[in-house]
Amino acid sequence: MDITSKPGSTIKNKTGGWRTYKPVTDYDKCIGCGICAKVCPESCVAMYDENGKKRPKTDYSYCKGCGLCAAECPVKAIEMKLEEK
Amino acid sequence: MPRQILEGSQAIAQTINNIKPAVISAYPITPQTHIVEDLAKFKADGKASYEYVRAESEFAAASIVEGSSATGMRVYTATSSQGILLMTEVLFNIAGSRLPVVLTCANRGVSAPITIWNDHQDSMTVRDAGWIMFFAENHQEAIEQHLLAYKIAEAEGLPAMVNIDGFVLTHTYEGVEVPTRSQIKKFLPDYKPKKGQFLDPQNPVSFGSFATPAHYMEIREELHQALQKTQEKIKKEYGNLKLLVPNAVKENERKSLVNNGLVEYYGPKNPKTVLIAMGSLVGTIKDAVDYENKKFLNSSVGILKIKVFRPFPEKEIFNILKKVKYIAVIEKAISLGSANGPLGLDLKASMQGKIKGKIQNFIVGLGGRDITKNMIHKIIADIKKAGDKTKFIGK
Repeated sequence: MDITSKPGSTIKNKTGGWRTYKPVTDYDKCIGCGICAKVCPESCVAMYDENGKKRPKTDYSYCKGCGLCAAECPVKAIEMKLEEK
Repeated sequence: MPRQILEGSQAIAQTINNIKPAVISAYPITPQTHIVEDLAKFKADGKASYEYVRAESEFAAASIVEGSSATGMRVYTATSSQGILLMTEVLFNIAGSRLPVVLTCANRGVSAPITIWNDHQDSMTVRDAGWIMFFAENHQEAIEQHLLAYKIAEAEGLPAMVNIDGFVLTHTYEGVEVPTRSQIKKFLPDYKPKKGQFLDPQNPVSFGSFATPAHYMEIREELHQALQKTQEKIKKEYGNLKLLVPNAVKENERKSLVNNGLVEYYGPKNPKTVLIAMGSLVGTIKDAVDYENKKFLNSSVGILKIKVFRPFPEKEIFNILKKVKYIAVIEKAISLGSANGPLGLDLKASMQGKIKGKIQNFIVGLGGRDITKNMIHKIIADIKKAGDKTKFIGK
Protein backbone atom coordinates (compact mmCIF):
# COMPACT_ATOMS: atom_id res chain seq x y z
CA MET A 1 0.00 0.00 0.00
CA ASP A 2 1.33 3.42 -0.89
CA ILE A 3 1.25 5.44 2.30
CA THR A 4 2.95 8.54 0.97
CA SER A 5 0.84 11.41 -0.34
CA LYS A 6 1.34 13.67 -3.33
CA PRO A 7 2.08 17.37 -2.68
CA GLY A 8 -0.92 19.67 -2.53
CA SER A 9 -3.34 16.79 -2.04
CA THR A 10 -4.83 18.30 1.13
CA ILE A 11 -6.62 20.81 -1.11
CA LYS A 12 -9.26 18.12 -1.62
CA ASN A 13 -10.29 18.55 2.03
CA LYS A 14 -12.58 21.63 2.03
CA THR A 15 -12.27 22.85 5.61
CA GLY A 16 -14.96 25.51 5.01
CA GLY A 17 -17.41 22.84 6.05
CA TRP A 18 -16.08 23.09 9.64
CA ARG A 19 -17.42 26.65 10.14
CA THR A 20 -20.09 27.69 12.59
CA TYR A 21 -19.62 31.45 12.24
CA LYS A 22 -18.87 33.11 8.90
CA PRO A 23 -16.84 36.37 8.61
CA VAL A 24 -18.76 39.02 6.62
CA THR A 25 -16.88 42.19 5.56
CA ASP A 26 -18.63 45.57 5.41
CA TYR A 27 -16.81 47.20 2.47
CA ASP A 28 -18.06 50.70 3.45
CA LYS A 29 -16.21 50.48 6.78
CA CYS A 30 -13.13 48.68 5.34
CA ILE A 31 -10.03 50.91 4.99
CA GLY A 32 -7.97 48.36 2.99
CA CYS A 33 -5.21 48.04 5.64
CA GLY A 34 -4.69 44.31 4.89
CA ILE A 35 -4.45 43.20 8.55
CA CYS A 36 -7.19 40.58 8.05
CA ALA A 37 -5.15 39.01 5.21
CA LYS A 38 -1.99 39.06 7.34
CA VAL A 39 -3.50 37.40 10.44
CA CYS A 40 -5.58 34.69 8.74
CA PRO A 41 -3.98 31.37 9.84
CA GLU A 42 -5.24 29.61 6.72
CA SER A 43 -4.23 32.32 4.21
CA CYS A 44 -7.89 32.48 3.19
CA VAL A 45 -8.00 36.27 2.77
CA ALA A 46 -6.40 37.82 -0.29
CA MET A 47 -6.15 41.57 -0.98
CA TYR A 48 -7.08 42.63 -4.50
CA ASP A 49 -7.06 46.05 -6.22
CA GLU A 50 -10.36 47.86 -6.89
CA ASN A 51 -10.17 51.36 -8.38
CA GLY A 52 -6.85 52.04 -6.65
CA LYS A 53 -8.09 50.79 -3.24
CA LYS A 54 -7.17 47.46 -1.63
CA ARG A 55 -10.10 45.15 -0.83
CA PRO A 56 -10.11 41.79 1.01
CA LYS A 57 -11.67 38.65 -0.46
CA THR A 58 -12.30 35.57 1.72
CA ASP A 59 -12.08 32.05 0.32
CA TYR A 60 -15.10 30.45 1.99
CA SER A 61 -14.16 26.95 0.74
CA TYR A 62 -11.41 26.84 3.36
CA CYS A 63 -12.29 29.56 5.94
CA LYS A 64 -12.86 27.76 9.28
CA GLY A 65 -14.52 30.76 10.95
CA CYS A 66 -11.86 31.23 13.65
CA GLY A 67 -12.67 34.95 13.88
CA LEU A 68 -9.10 36.28 13.99
CA CYS A 69 -9.76 38.65 11.08
CA ALA A 70 -12.81 40.11 12.87
CA ALA A 71 -10.91 40.40 16.16
CA GLU A 72 -7.94 42.21 14.58
CA CYS A 73 -9.77 44.52 12.16
CA PRO A 74 -8.98 48.10 13.41
CA VAL A 75 -12.31 49.52 12.23
CA LYS A 76 -14.50 46.51 13.15
CA ALA A 77 -15.53 46.05 9.53
CA ILE A 78 -15.82 42.25 9.84
CA GLU A 79 -18.75 40.60 11.63
CA MET A 80 -18.89 36.93 12.59
CA LYS A 81 -22.40 35.83 11.56
CA LEU A 82 -23.94 32.49 12.55
CA GLU A 83 -24.04 30.48 9.36
CA GLU A 84 -27.24 28.72 8.33
CA LYS A 85 -26.50 25.30 6.94
CA MET B 1 40.08 -8.48 9.50
CA PRO B 2 41.90 -10.36 12.26
CA ARG B 3 40.31 -11.34 15.54
CA GLN B 4 40.51 -8.55 18.10
CA ILE B 5 39.70 -8.30 21.78
CA LEU B 6 37.20 -5.49 21.83
CA GLU B 7 34.75 -3.88 24.18
CA GLY B 8 31.21 -4.64 22.98
CA SER B 9 30.64 -0.95 22.22
CA GLN B 10 33.83 -0.79 20.14
CA ALA B 11 32.84 -3.87 18.16
CA ILE B 12 29.46 -2.34 17.35
CA ALA B 13 30.90 1.08 16.48
CA GLN B 14 33.44 -0.49 14.10
CA THR B 15 30.71 -2.61 12.51
CA ILE B 16 28.47 0.41 12.00
CA ASN B 17 31.32 2.37 10.46
CA ASN B 18 31.90 -0.48 8.01
CA ILE B 19 28.18 -0.65 7.22
CA LYS B 20 28.58 2.99 6.14
CA PRO B 21 25.42 4.83 7.09
CA ALA B 22 25.04 8.29 5.59
CA VAL B 23 23.70 9.97 8.74
CA ILE B 24 24.20 9.21 12.42
CA SER B 25 22.46 11.17 15.13
CA ALA B 26 22.39 10.17 18.76
CA TYR B 27 22.19 11.60 22.26
CA PRO B 28 24.55 10.15 24.86
CA ILE B 29 23.08 8.03 27.68
CA THR B 30 24.77 5.49 29.93
CA PRO B 31 25.52 2.70 28.93
CA GLN B 32 25.36 3.44 25.18
CA THR B 33 27.89 6.29 25.37
CA HIS B 34 30.97 4.36 24.24
CA ILE B 35 29.26 3.44 20.97
CA VAL B 36 28.38 6.99 19.98
CA GLU B 37 31.63 8.44 21.32
CA ASP B 38 33.58 6.00 19.14
CA LEU B 39 31.46 6.88 16.10
CA ALA B 40 31.99 10.60 16.74
CA LYS B 41 35.74 10.05 17.13
CA PHE B 42 35.94 8.11 13.83
CA LYS B 43 34.35 11.11 12.13
CA ALA B 44 36.63 13.62 13.87
CA ASP B 45 39.71 11.53 12.94
CA GLY B 46 38.68 11.39 9.30
CA LYS B 47 38.03 7.65 9.46
CA ALA B 48 34.34 7.91 8.57
CA SER B 49 32.22 9.48 5.85
CA TYR B 50 28.84 9.79 7.58
CA GLU B 51 27.27 13.06 8.71
CA TYR B 52 27.32 13.05 12.51
CA VAL B 53 24.49 15.34 13.59
CA ARG B 54 24.47 16.49 17.21
CA ALA B 55 21.00 16.31 18.70
CA GLU B 56 19.66 18.12 21.75
CA SER B 57 17.70 15.10 22.97
CA GLU B 58 16.77 11.55 22.02
CA PHE B 59 13.51 12.86 20.59
CA ALA B 60 15.59 15.09 18.31
CA ALA B 61 18.03 12.29 17.43
CA ALA B 62 15.21 9.95 16.43
CA SER B 63 13.50 12.69 14.42
CA ILE B 64 16.76 13.52 12.66
CA VAL B 65 17.33 9.92 11.60
CA GLU B 66 13.68 9.58 10.58
CA GLY B 67 13.93 12.63 8.34
CA SER B 68 17.26 11.48 6.89
CA SER B 69 15.91 8.00 6.25
CA ALA B 70 12.93 9.54 4.48
CA THR B 71 15.33 11.15 1.98
CA GLY B 72 16.53 7.65 1.05
CA MET B 73 19.69 7.45 3.17
CA ARG B 74 21.01 4.69 5.41
CA VAL B 75 20.94 5.93 9.02
CA TYR B 76 21.87 4.88 12.56
CA THR B 77 21.11 5.83 16.11
CA ALA B 78 21.60 4.31 19.57
CA THR B 79 20.04 4.83 22.97
CA SER B 80 18.93 3.24 26.27
CA SER B 81 16.32 3.39 29.01
CA GLN B 82 15.00 6.94 29.46
CA GLY B 83 16.25 7.79 25.98
CA ILE B 84 14.21 5.15 24.19
CA LEU B 85 11.18 6.20 26.23
CA LEU B 86 11.70 9.85 25.29
CA MET B 87 11.77 8.95 21.58
CA THR B 88 8.79 6.60 21.82
CA GLU B 89 6.38 8.58 19.68
CA VAL B 90 9.03 8.94 16.97
CA LEU B 91 9.59 5.16 17.02
CA PHE B 92 5.87 4.65 16.26
CA ASN B 93 6.11 7.28 13.53
CA ILE B 94 9.15 5.60 11.94
CA ALA B 95 7.47 2.19 11.82
CA GLY B 96 4.20 3.65 10.56
CA SER B 97 6.11 5.49 7.83
CA ARG B 98 7.86 2.20 6.87
CA LEU B 99 11.38 3.60 7.19
CA PRO B 100 14.40 1.26 7.59
CA VAL B 101 15.98 2.96 10.59
CA VAL B 102 18.37 0.82 12.65
CA LEU B 103 18.84 1.48 16.35
CA THR B 104 21.01 -0.10 19.04
CA CYS B 105 19.40 -0.22 22.46
CA ALA B 106 21.88 -0.79 25.28
CA ASN B 107 19.30 -2.28 27.63
CA ARG B 108 19.02 -0.48 30.91
CA GLY B 109 16.24 -0.37 33.51
CA VAL B 110 13.93 2.61 33.76
CA SER B 111 13.32 5.16 36.53
CA ALA B 112 11.94 5.50 39.11
CA PRO B 113 13.95 4.62 41.12
CA ILE B 114 16.87 5.67 38.94
CA THR B 115 19.03 2.82 37.71
CA ILE B 116 21.82 2.79 35.17
CA TRP B 117 22.13 -0.98 35.20
CA ASN B 118 20.89 -3.64 32.88
CA ASP B 119 17.41 -5.03 32.44
CA HIS B 120 15.01 -5.27 29.48
CA GLN B 121 12.24 -2.94 30.66
CA ASP B 122 13.31 -0.18 28.25
CA SER B 123 12.88 -1.95 24.93
CA MET B 124 9.98 -4.05 26.22
CA THR B 125 8.06 -0.83 26.74
CA VAL B 126 8.17 -0.11 23.00
CA ARG B 127 7.54 -3.67 21.80
CA ASP B 128 4.23 -2.63 20.21
CA ALA B 129 5.75 0.12 18.05
CA GLY B 130 6.22 -2.08 14.98
CA TRP B 131 10.00 -2.51 15.11
CA ILE B 132 11.88 -5.75 14.48
CA MET B 133 13.63 -6.57 17.77
CA PHE B 134 16.85 -8.60 17.98
CA PHE B 135 18.44 -9.65 21.29
CA ALA B 136 22.18 -10.46 21.30
CA GLU B 137 23.78 -13.01 23.64
CA ASN B 138 27.39 -11.93 23.12
CA HIS B 139 29.59 -9.51 21.23
CA GLN B 140 29.85 -11.52 18.01
CA GLU B 141 26.10 -12.05 17.92
CA ALA B 142 25.65 -8.30 18.35
CA ILE B 143 27.79 -7.76 15.25
CA GLU B 144 25.87 -10.31 13.17
CA GLN B 145 22.49 -8.97 14.29
CA HIS B 146 23.37 -5.43 13.21
CA LEU B 147 24.12 -6.78 9.74
CA LEU B 148 20.85 -8.71 9.71
CA ALA B 149 19.01 -5.65 10.99
CA TYR B 150 20.12 -3.49 8.06
CA LYS B 151 19.51 -6.23 5.52
CA ILE B 152 15.95 -6.96 6.62
CA ALA B 153 15.06 -3.33 7.38
CA GLU B 154 16.12 -2.08 3.95
CA ALA B 155 14.56 -5.02 2.09
CA GLU B 156 11.21 -4.86 3.90
CA GLY B 157 10.83 -1.16 4.76
CA LEU B 158 10.63 -1.80 8.51
CA PRO B 159 12.78 -0.36 11.30
CA ALA B 160 14.91 -2.72 13.40
CA MET B 161 16.54 -2.50 16.80
CA VAL B 162 19.36 -4.61 18.18
CA ASN B 163 19.20 -5.04 21.96
CA ILE B 164 22.45 -5.52 23.84
CA ASP B 165 22.63 -5.81 27.60
CA GLY B 166 23.94 -2.56 29.08
CA PHE B 167 27.35 -2.90 30.76
CA VAL B 168 27.25 -6.69 30.40
CA LEU B 169 27.82 -6.48 26.65
CA THR B 170 28.65 -2.81 26.10
CA HIS B 171 31.48 -2.57 28.63
CA THR B 172 33.05 -6.03 28.63
CA TYR B 173 35.73 -7.43 26.33
CA GLU B 174 35.47 -10.49 24.11
CA GLY B 175 37.33 -11.83 21.12
CA VAL B 176 35.47 -10.81 17.99
CA GLU B 177 35.84 -10.50 14.26
CA VAL B 178 34.52 -7.29 12.80
CA PRO B 179 33.77 -7.81 9.10
CA THR B 180 35.39 -5.37 6.69
CA ARG B 181 33.54 -2.96 4.42
CA SER B 182 34.08 -5.19 1.36
CA GLN B 183 33.00 -8.33 3.22
CA ILE B 184 29.82 -6.60 4.36
CA LYS B 185 29.06 -5.39 0.83
CA LYS B 186 28.71 -9.01 -0.33
CA PHE B 187 25.76 -9.40 2.01
CA LEU B 188 24.44 -5.84 2.32
CA PRO B 189 24.38 -3.80 -0.91
CA ASP B 190 23.97 -0.01 -0.92
CA TYR B 191 20.53 1.16 0.16
CA LYS B 192 18.19 2.02 -2.70
CA PRO B 193 14.83 3.41 -1.63
CA LYS B 194 11.72 2.55 -3.67
CA LYS B 195 10.79 5.01 -6.41
CA GLY B 196 8.22 7.52 -5.20
CA GLN B 197 8.74 6.41 -1.60
CA PHE B 198 11.37 8.91 -0.50
CA LEU B 199 11.68 12.70 -0.29
CA ASP B 200 12.83 13.57 -3.78
CA PRO B 201 12.62 17.09 -5.25
CA GLN B 202 12.07 15.48 -8.68
CA ASN B 203 9.06 13.56 -7.36
CA PRO B 204 7.80 15.24 -4.15
CA VAL B 205 5.76 13.22 -1.62
CA SER B 206 4.67 13.61 2.00
CA PHE B 207 5.21 11.01 4.73
CA GLY B 208 2.98 10.28 7.67
CA SER B 209 -0.07 12.20 6.54
CA PHE B 210 -3.50 12.04 8.06
CA ALA B 211 -5.49 8.80 7.53
CA THR B 212 -9.23 8.79 8.13
CA PRO B 213 -11.11 5.93 9.83
CA ALA B 214 -11.86 4.67 6.33
CA HIS B 215 -8.16 3.88 5.74
CA TYR B 216 -6.16 3.77 8.99
CA MET B 217 -7.13 0.24 9.98
CA GLU B 218 -6.00 -1.44 6.75
CA ILE B 219 -2.73 0.47 6.82
CA ARG B 220 -2.02 -0.85 10.35
CA GLU B 221 -3.03 -4.38 9.43
CA GLU B 222 -0.65 -4.25 6.49
CA LEU B 223 2.15 -3.20 8.86
CA HIS B 224 1.26 -6.09 11.18
CA GLN B 225 1.36 -8.61 8.30
CA ALA B 226 4.61 -7.17 6.97
CA LEU B 227 6.26 -7.59 10.37
CA GLN B 228 5.00 -11.18 10.66
CA LYS B 229 6.33 -12.04 7.20
CA THR B 230 9.89 -11.03 8.13
CA GLN B 231 10.28 -14.23 10.18
CA GLU B 232 10.93 -16.38 7.13
CA LYS B 233 13.12 -13.67 5.61
CA ILE B 234 15.25 -13.41 8.76
CA LYS B 235 15.88 -17.17 8.69
CA LYS B 236 16.81 -17.00 5.02
CA GLU B 237 19.13 -14.01 5.42
CA TYR B 238 20.82 -15.60 8.45
CA GLY B 239 21.64 -18.51 6.16
CA ASN B 240 22.97 -16.09 3.55
CA LEU B 241 25.03 -14.24 6.14
CA LYS B 242 26.69 -17.49 7.25
CA LEU B 243 27.63 -18.19 3.62
CA LEU B 244 28.70 -14.73 2.51
CA VAL B 245 30.31 -13.31 5.67
CA PRO B 246 31.13 -16.40 7.73
CA ASN B 247 33.62 -14.64 10.00
CA ALA B 248 30.85 -12.31 11.21
CA VAL B 249 28.66 -15.13 12.52
CA LYS B 250 29.25 -16.66 15.95
CA GLU B 251 30.42 -20.22 15.61
CA ASN B 252 28.04 -22.84 17.01
CA GLU B 253 30.73 -24.15 19.35
CA ARG B 254 28.36 -25.79 21.77
CA LYS B 255 26.65 -27.53 18.85
CA SER B 256 23.18 -26.24 19.58
CA LEU B 257 20.58 -28.46 17.93
CA VAL B 258 18.67 -25.53 16.48
CA ASN B 259 20.41 -22.32 15.48
CA ASN B 260 18.63 -20.15 12.92
CA GLY B 261 18.23 -16.36 12.86
CA LEU B 262 15.12 -16.48 15.07
CA VAL B 263 15.90 -18.90 17.90
CA GLU B 264 18.63 -21.15 19.24
CA TYR B 265 18.03 -24.33 21.20
CA TYR B 266 20.87 -25.79 23.28
CA GLY B 267 20.41 -28.99 25.25
CA PRO B 268 19.33 -32.60 24.95
CA LYS B 269 17.11 -33.85 22.15
CA ASN B 270 13.88 -34.54 24.05
CA PRO B 271 14.15 -32.36 27.11
CA LYS B 272 11.77 -32.62 30.04
CA THR B 273 12.44 -29.04 31.02
CA VAL B 274 13.13 -26.04 28.82
CA LEU B 275 14.24 -22.65 30.05
CA ILE B 276 13.44 -19.69 27.79
CA ALA B 277 15.47 -16.48 27.89
CA MET B 278 16.96 -13.67 25.79
CA GLY B 279 20.25 -11.81 25.67
CA SER B 280 23.45 -12.31 27.68
CA LEU B 281 21.62 -14.19 30.45
CA VAL B 282 21.57 -17.18 28.08
CA GLY B 283 25.34 -17.58 28.48
CA THR B 284 24.95 -18.18 32.22
CA ILE B 285 22.00 -20.49 31.63
CA LYS B 286 23.97 -22.61 29.12
CA ASP B 287 26.60 -23.28 31.80
CA ALA B 288 23.93 -24.04 34.42
CA VAL B 289 22.16 -26.43 32.06
CA ASP B 290 25.44 -28.25 31.33
CA TYR B 291 26.01 -28.73 35.04
CA GLU B 292 22.45 -30.00 35.65
CA ASN B 293 22.59 -32.48 32.81
CA LYS B 294 26.00 -33.81 33.90
CA LYS B 295 25.31 -33.95 37.63
CA PHE B 296 21.82 -35.41 37.71
CA LEU B 297 21.29 -38.65 35.78
CA ASN B 298 17.60 -38.21 35.11
CA SER B 299 17.95 -34.50 34.37
CA SER B 300 17.02 -33.33 30.91
CA VAL B 301 17.12 -29.54 30.65
CA GLY B 302 17.54 -27.40 27.60
CA ILE B 303 17.66 -23.66 26.93
CA LEU B 304 15.65 -21.97 24.21
CA LYS B 305 17.16 -18.62 23.31
CA ILE B 306 14.84 -16.14 21.62
CA LYS B 307 17.03 -14.17 19.20
CA VAL B 308 14.21 -12.22 17.57
CA PHE B 309 11.44 -11.09 19.95
CA ARG B 310 9.48 -9.07 17.39
CA PRO B 311 8.04 -10.57 15.30
CA PHE B 312 7.44 -13.26 17.91
CA PRO B 313 8.63 -16.59 16.39
CA GLU B 314 5.63 -18.70 17.45
CA LYS B 315 6.24 -21.56 15.04
CA GLU B 316 9.91 -22.01 15.99
CA ILE B 317 9.03 -21.92 19.66
CA PHE B 318 6.19 -24.41 19.29
CA ASN B 319 8.48 -26.88 17.51
CA ILE B 320 10.80 -26.91 20.52
CA LEU B 321 8.15 -26.88 23.24
CA LYS B 322 5.65 -29.39 21.82
CA LYS B 323 6.50 -32.31 24.09
CA VAL B 324 8.21 -30.47 26.95
CA LYS B 325 6.80 -30.99 30.46
CA TYR B 326 8.20 -27.95 32.31
CA ILE B 327 8.77 -24.55 30.75
CA ALA B 328 10.40 -21.71 32.70
CA VAL B 329 10.32 -18.28 31.09
CA ILE B 330 13.16 -16.30 32.64
CA GLU B 331 13.18 -12.60 31.84
CA LYS B 332 14.51 -9.22 32.93
CA ALA B 333 11.28 -7.23 32.75
CA ILE B 334 7.82 -7.15 34.27
CA SER B 335 4.56 -5.91 32.77
CA LEU B 336 3.38 -4.08 35.88
CA GLY B 337 -0.26 -4.73 36.61
CA SER B 338 -0.23 -8.00 34.69
CA ALA B 339 0.74 -11.26 36.37
CA ASN B 340 3.61 -11.79 33.92
CA GLY B 341 6.61 -10.33 32.21
CA PRO B 342 6.32 -9.35 28.52
CA LEU B 343 8.06 -12.51 27.26
CA GLY B 344 5.85 -14.62 29.53
CA LEU B 345 2.73 -12.92 28.16
CA ASP B 346 3.67 -13.56 24.54
CA LEU B 347 4.69 -17.12 25.26
CA LYS B 348 1.57 -18.04 27.19
CA ALA B 349 -0.68 -16.40 24.58
CA SER B 350 1.00 -18.11 21.63
CA MET B 351 1.20 -21.57 23.22
CA GLN B 352 -2.29 -21.53 24.73
CA GLY B 353 -4.19 -24.66 23.81
CA LYS B 354 -1.30 -25.90 21.69
CA ILE B 355 1.06 -27.44 24.25
CA LYS B 356 0.56 -29.35 27.47
CA GLY B 357 3.68 -28.28 29.38
CA LYS B 358 3.44 -26.17 32.51
CA ILE B 359 4.64 -22.61 31.87
CA GLN B 360 5.90 -20.48 34.74
CA ASN B 361 7.33 -16.96 34.55
CA PHE B 362 10.45 -16.01 36.54
CA ILE B 363 11.52 -12.39 36.83
CA VAL B 364 15.25 -11.85 37.37
CA GLY B 365 18.01 -9.29 37.10
CA LEU B 366 15.97 -6.10 37.40
CA GLY B 367 18.10 -2.97 37.71
CA GLY B 368 21.29 -4.95 37.12
CA ARG B 369 20.82 -7.51 39.93
CA ASP B 370 23.40 -10.18 39.17
CA ILE B 371 22.00 -13.51 37.99
CA THR B 372 24.03 -16.43 39.31
CA LYS B 373 24.10 -20.06 38.24
CA ASN B 374 22.63 -20.89 41.66
CA MET B 375 19.53 -18.86 40.81
CA ILE B 376 19.14 -20.84 37.59
CA HIS B 377 19.45 -24.12 39.53
CA LYS B 378 16.79 -22.80 41.90
CA ILE B 379 14.49 -22.05 38.96
CA ILE B 380 15.06 -25.51 37.47
CA ALA B 381 14.02 -27.00 40.84
CA ASP B 382 11.06 -24.62 41.27
CA ILE B 383 9.52 -25.26 37.86
CA LYS B 384 8.95 -28.89 38.79
CA LYS B 385 7.08 -27.99 41.98
CA ALA B 386 3.33 -27.42 42.11
CA GLY B 387 1.97 -23.97 41.35
CA ASP B 388 2.73 -21.65 38.46
CA LYS B 389 2.67 -18.18 39.99
CA THR B 390 5.12 -15.68 38.58
CA LYS B 391 8.14 -15.44 40.88
CA PHE B 392 10.78 -12.77 41.39
CA ILE B 393 14.16 -14.46 41.87
CA GLY B 394 16.62 -11.97 43.36
CA LYS B 395 18.90 -14.20 45.44
